[in-house]
Amino acid sequence: MSLEKYEAVIGLEVHAQLMTASKMFCRCPNQYGASPNTNVCPICTGQPGSLPVINKKAIELGVRAAIALQCEIHSESVFARKNYFYPDLPKGYQISQYERPYSTHGNIVVRLKNGDEKRIGITRIHFEEDAGKSNHESYGTLVNLNRAGVPLIEIVSEPDMRNAHEAGQYLRALHSILRYADICDGNMEEGNFRCDANISVRLRGTEKFGTKVELKNINSFKFVEKAIEYEIQRQVFAIENGEKIIQQTRSWNSGKNVTEVMREKEEAHDYRYFPEPDLPKLTISVEWLGQIRNEMPELPSQASERFKKAFELSDYDAAVLTSSKELAHYFESVVSHSKNGKASANWVMNELLGRLNAASKEIEASPVSATQIAELIKKIDSGEISGKIAKTVFEEMFATSKDASVIIKDKGFVQISDPAALENAVRKVIENNPSQLAEYKAGKVKLLGFFVGQAMKETQGQANPALLNELVKKLLDT
Amino acid sequence: MEFGTQTIQELLEGYQAKQFKPSEVIEGYLKNISERDEKLNSFLQVRPEETLANAKKLDGRMNEVNQLPLFGIPIAIKDNFLVEGWQATAGSKVLSGYVSPYTATSVQRLESMGAVIVGKVNCDEFAMGSSNENSAFGAVRNPWDLERVPGGSSGGSSAAVAAGLATVSLGTDTGGSIRQPASLCGLVGLKPTYGRVSRYGIVAYASSLDQVGPFSKTVWDSARVMEVMAGFDDRDATSSKRSVPKYTEELSSKRTFTLGVSRSWLEGVDPEVGKSFEAVLEAFKKMGGKVIDIDLPHTRYSLSTYYLIAPSEASSNLARYDGVHYGYRTPSAKSSEDLYSRSRGEGIGREVKLRIMLGTYALSAGYYDAFYLKANQVRRKIQEDFEKAFTQCDFVVSPTSPSTAFKLGEKTDDPLKMYLSDIFTLPVNLAGLPGLSVPCGLDSKNLPIGFQLIGKPFCESDLFTAAYQYEKVRGEFPLPSIAKGKG
Repeated sequence: MSLEKYEAVIGLEVHAQLMTASKMFCRCPNQYGASPNTNVCPICTGQPGSLPVINKKAIELGVRAAIALQCEIHSESVFARKNYFYPDLPKGYQISQYERPYSTHGNIVVRLKNGDEKRIGITRIHFEEDAGKSNHESYGTLVNLNRAGVPLIEIVSEPDMRNAHEAGQYLRALHSILRYADICDGNMEEGNFRCDANISVRLRGTEKFGTKVELKNINSFKFVEKAIEYEIQRQVFAIENGEKIIQQTRSWNSGKNVTEVMREKEEAHDYRYFPEPDLPKLTISVEWLGQIRNEMPELPSQASERFKKAFELSDYDAAVLTSSKELAHYFESVVSHSKNGKASANWVMNELLGRLNAASKEIEASPVSATQIAELIKKIDSGEISGKIAKTVFEEMFATSKDASVIIKDKGFVQISDPAALENAVRKVIENNPSQLAEYKAGKVKLLGFFVGQAMKETQGQANPALLNELVKKLLDT
Repeated sequence: MEFGTQTIQELLEGYQAKQFKPSEVIEGYLKNISERDEKLNSFLQVRPEETLANAKKLDGRMNEVNQLPLFGIPIAIKDNFLVEGWQATAGSKVLSGYVSPYTATSVQRLESMGAVIVGKVNCDEFAMGSSNENSAFGAVRNPWDLERVPGGSSGGSSAAVAAGLATVSLGTDTGGSIRQPASLCGLVGLKPTYGRVSRYGIVAYASSLDQVGPFSKTVWDSARVMEVMAGFDDRDATSSKRSVPKYTEELSSKRTFTLGVSRSWLEGVDPEVGKSFEAVLEAFKKMGGKVIDIDLPHTRYSLSTYYLIAPSEASSNLARYDGVHYGYRTPSAKSSEDLYSRSRGEGIGREVKLRIMLGTYALSAGYYDAFYLKANQVRRKIQEDFEKAFTQCDFVVSPTSPSTAFKLGEKTDDPLKMYLSDIFTLPVNLAGLPGLSVPCGLDSKNLPIGFQLIGKPFCESDLFTAAYQYEKVRGEFPLPSIAKGKG
């Protein structure tokens, strides 16, 4: 296998739905899951005589994205019509931006698994409206126009990625930024964050791009990585077998773990783009831009810096804890209750995330709430339970979602810090080990550890270790 | 009392004097429609019961006649406007049976100020035509001569008012579709500045050129409709936020005007039309005005510019009539591809198909720069010609149409000959300017002649003032005999 001889060139196109209350060009609710064809009006169903009016909030969110992605933002841009026939496109054209998008020339810095950072360029971001949805049934096609006219931004990357991992990391970083800044909810299953990938391969060291293949509508990070991985291999094998790569559009079959042909380039449309005559040029004034900049929510990179300073976390810890908005919020909620940054970071990262990963759960679905984990940390800090017992308690919390106090009470895990209660156990251990006592008295002071261990066992590990240590020493020496 | 010949002004005076009630007036107009329209074919839909019910509601509001500037005024609406509950076919089979789910802003404003809709009127299919012979529902006839066309595309709107079937009417003008039929039927017709009247709720033909405007017998009536209808609409992003003057109050201001005439533009005009136009210039001079020669060198490219831009936009605007969501759907589709091509093929008429094809080519990859883009550059040059002219004169004037009403079928075989009917009106749309057509005489065949005043953007008030002055000098313009219940 000669994969190493080749290098892949990957560019991604992401469609992100904007979290506006209403659609891009009409006043209908932008809302997923309503009964089919209820969030519709004369405008988004393309009735004769209806006209589009730009939703200012959508522009604001789009500009926010451009700011977050370090893009140039153009004071003047142009909406254009993309003409094609499809049953879920009621006007017969999609309002988009073509020759003059509102934003160009940005970038994202992504962290790779070897610890390196890589800058991925962003070619352009433009506004467009979503189409409706066609459900193909055995008896015909059903069209639902609730989604028609929902605002989107399309974010087009430079062909800067060289393998599936880089593409996956770019996508994750982009996803995280859009969610942090309340631009897009990022729900991939509902299609609110969709990805197309352009992939070609070339011999290492050569400049010229190979023939590209477009992978359409892949709906999870994992599938994007798998699909790209597969496609690179497919192309390399084809070239090695002396075949020519054909420019085509392919889709990912997640059942068979292969990419499949959707259409050849010859079937490509001529979209007959031209400036949308129903809309004036889109102008973004300096004042408006300044206002949007001032109202920018915190971005992941900013949250990470803040965590490092406020909670004395390492680069790595801060990066992990800010990898998603929900995780960062969870962590902040833990700290605000526990008042212990370092311990909160350790518990969230080492105990919670590990278990969530093993259970394939996201932080939103954590069986242990932030307050619950904070309560546990407080019990350690106050000496109510030992760190060791806390781990046992946590395991139970994760399994049952019960509060730490309930588990501690039910299982009798409370740390014994009463000298009177501990004294009985210590005396019993001393009485039961006369020979070791004699050796100790004879000067073998190392045996102190032996007695502490035995006494701890006697209390089923619930003894306050410091107190127990002190007590054993006192009783042995009298 | 007989109704049909009155102006808005006369009806309002009658209401104020309590001479008659809205229901009597409306009944009179509905009677005219039922008696006369068989010959004209100007109405596509009347709903006498609803219309009378609306009029009767106004009967109980007689004390509001001074608050409602269009109180009890019978109005006809071109069938490419959407009015909730009424059909909107735009003269096309592809929209036959389509009932509007909402009301156009322009119509809603008129209704809220007392106007009563007497019916939806015929037009060329999707407003494409200059003779009203392209309607899927049959040609409209000119009330002055039933063998002749009323002009187009708003031929139903002009015929209805000229014949006394409505006091005023609304039309749309993309390349002359208000002014040319107004001229051919002896009426006042205004194409306002682009952006002056909301386009929300009119079936789009060419979005960057379409404007809504009134047909009326007098300048005062036109001014009255405009002061109610014009102004910003938050549902039309291309509508202007400029305030709307009280046009009727500014009509009588005593001013003299300088008129600019481009002589080279006038070549090929019918001699009788030319003679009448010269008389108009003399009349303005007599009123103290000046007439100067101006040059509009790029207007000779208007026809080719227009027939690239308008069809390009139309090819996209009309894509929605595909048989999927509403309107005509072929009964015999075998696939979705087939559904599209058959529904459109069977539902859309010949002239409209011709323009869709033209526009589709002009926007296609490889042709876009040479056709659509170039046409827009020329459009800009035409605008600049007018801007330059307006540094020397208040208005550019021309005949509205190179000839008076022609015979049915006379130009249907030769699209280019037909397109030339709009030679004086097209550049006004391309430049986005207001144009007002005013009747100025009758030719030897007793057919009306009109002239056109073209003004600076948003100077409708000046156009009305000048036309109002002229109207006084000219005297009352005759009506066809059918309007008086004869013929």
